[in-house]
Amino acid sequence: MSALSDLLRLDIASARKGLADKQFTARELTEAYLAAADDARALNGFITETPEQALVDADAADARLQAGNAVAMTGMPIAQKDLFCTKGIRTTAASKILGDFKPEYESTVSGKLKADGAVLLGKANLDEFAMGSANITSAFGPVTNPWTPEGAATPLTPGGSSGGSAALVAAGAAIAATGTDTGGSIRQPAALCGVVGMKPTYGRCSRWGVVAFASSLDQSGPITRSVRDAAIMLGSMAGHDPKDSTSATAAPVDFEAALAGGVKGMRVGVPREYRTDGMPAEIDALWQEGIEMAKAAGAEIVDVSLPMTKMALPAYYIVALAEASSNLARYDGVRYCAREDGGDLTEMYSNTRGTGFGEEVRRRILIGTYVLSAGYYDAYYKQAQKVRTLIANDFNTAFNNVDVLLTPTTPSAAFAAGDVDDPVAMYMNDIFTVPASMAGLPGISVPAGLSADGLPLGLQIIGKPFDEASVLQMGQAIEDAAGFDKTPRLLAGAKP
Amino acid sequence: MSLDRDTVADIARLARINVSDGELDSLAGELSQILNWVEQLNSVDTKGVEPLVGVGTAMAPLRQDVVNDGGQADAVVSNAPDAVGPYFGVPKVIE
Repeated sequence: MSALSDLLRLDIASARKGLADKQFTARELTEAYLAAADDARALNGFITETPEQALVDADAADARLQAGNAVAMTGMPIAQKDLFCTKGIRTTAASKILGDFKPEYESTVSGKLKADGAVLLGKANLDEFAMGSANITSAFGPVTNPWTPEGAATPLTPGGSSGGSAALVAAGAAIAATGTDTGGSIRQPAALCGVVGMKPTYGRCSRWGVVAFASSLDQSGPITRSVRDAAIMLGSMAGHDPKDSTSATAAPVDFEAALAGGVKGMRVGVPREYRTDGMPAEIDALWQEGIEMAKAAGAEIVDVSLPMTKMALPAYYIVALAEASSNLARYDGVRYCAREDGGDLTEMYSNTRGTGFGEEVRRRILIGTYVLSAGYYDAYYKQAQKVRTLIANDFNTAFNNVDVLLTPTTPSAAFAAGDVDDPVAMYMNDIFTVPASMAGLPGISVPAGLSADGLPLGLQIIGKPFDEASVLQMGQAIEDAAGFDKTPRLLAGAKP
Repeated sequence: MSLDRDTVADIARLARINVSDGELDSLAGELSQILNWVEQLNSVDTKGVEPLVGVGTAMAPLRQDVVNDGGQADAVVSNAPDAVGPYFGVPKVIE
């Protein structure tokens, strides 16, 4: 292995040490990633690459390392999901309707990473407006999962919506990436790409400057190569922000330090309703292995019940789509670049939105509009919100008795785009991730094994509100026990 | 719940999304499939259950009622397809 590809395999924690020990500079680390940009391009992981910005950031990081005021993220070459507004850098949400939108402001989360000295490699591909579970709804084309086997007729999808982020991190084309998770959009692609993805508690990271999908559910989080990295990066992203009225005032936590807490005596709930009809044997087997790993690490396993589990997905689709139809009303051909002329104002709106939105986004706006319309509001939207209360109550009851919950992250390994052809079947991908989203709980996906076809599978740990520490501790225990060290076939910088 | 093409056309009008005549039938099919699937929520007894609007903060935070930003008209219109000075240009609304 060349020195170049060695650099591309480091996680944040090891790169931090390498930088501190002056084994290499931030510029060298960044240049290694830029040299591998062709490999990232083959995956279509980036919508916009920012190599000039990356070098400016890298030099600033070196100056900071020299001056002795570097922090954990200083010099780390990352990708920002293209849902985070970046000042002066095109932000698309993977939609045509944003055209050449160049924000005049920086999102709080990307700004925090920038302030900590992270290096911006570019803006990662995603499903249009983060609506999708396979990264196939992007107006900038689908993303290829780096685990796609040689000679496959159709590439495997990386999952979604943070598919570009997960694929880039898995392929060694970014050391880490931001993601956003509304119903599983960080955890599911992380699982399907064999990396770590963490959705913190709703309110832990500011939503300000993140293109909105469903505001009561959207939450940002890190996609990384290790649980320790997730703790480090979350530490940089999290914090109260007066510009987001739902931003939590919870005291800051040193998530990395919390990892040392361990899991001895931790009570781990196994929700029996997650054992769905038709769960593939290999998913069930992985779950059992995870339970054994937790036990062996000194945790106590407790059977728990979450009776509303089955209702979480349909309730989610009503709540999320209602909020989406309202949030996306702002794309009107007046403020954000794209406009299709019409005879009058209304026709201009309709033409702009009719051509600017892709099929899935259009479908979701129409459903959202319908469930909010007069005569249907109570039957659909209000009923879904009441079911949401019952879902949250289920978790509250379970957490009276346990510290965390352990479940599979996804119902299957990565699939090819054509394998799932109707919208409802696609929605089923989020069956294990959506319930925690509905309750605003923190969750992490940790790669824990391979499917019979040699594709990565993840285990999910869900925690109490603002108890990311326990989630990370159990994630670390699973990571240690599983010892997942497999790499995908398509690896950046692997060719000489 | 099965939607017909007229209902879809009506929803599309409400959502200000131009949908061509040729797409109405297929959209009606897709939307009906999704709505039929969410119907299962009606099997849940929610009598006396309060709707959950959002998680976390019970009350919206308050701040001093003072000007804390502004004077950025140029930045606000910088991405507009038809900016006229510090204004958003739109097709004529009043005849």
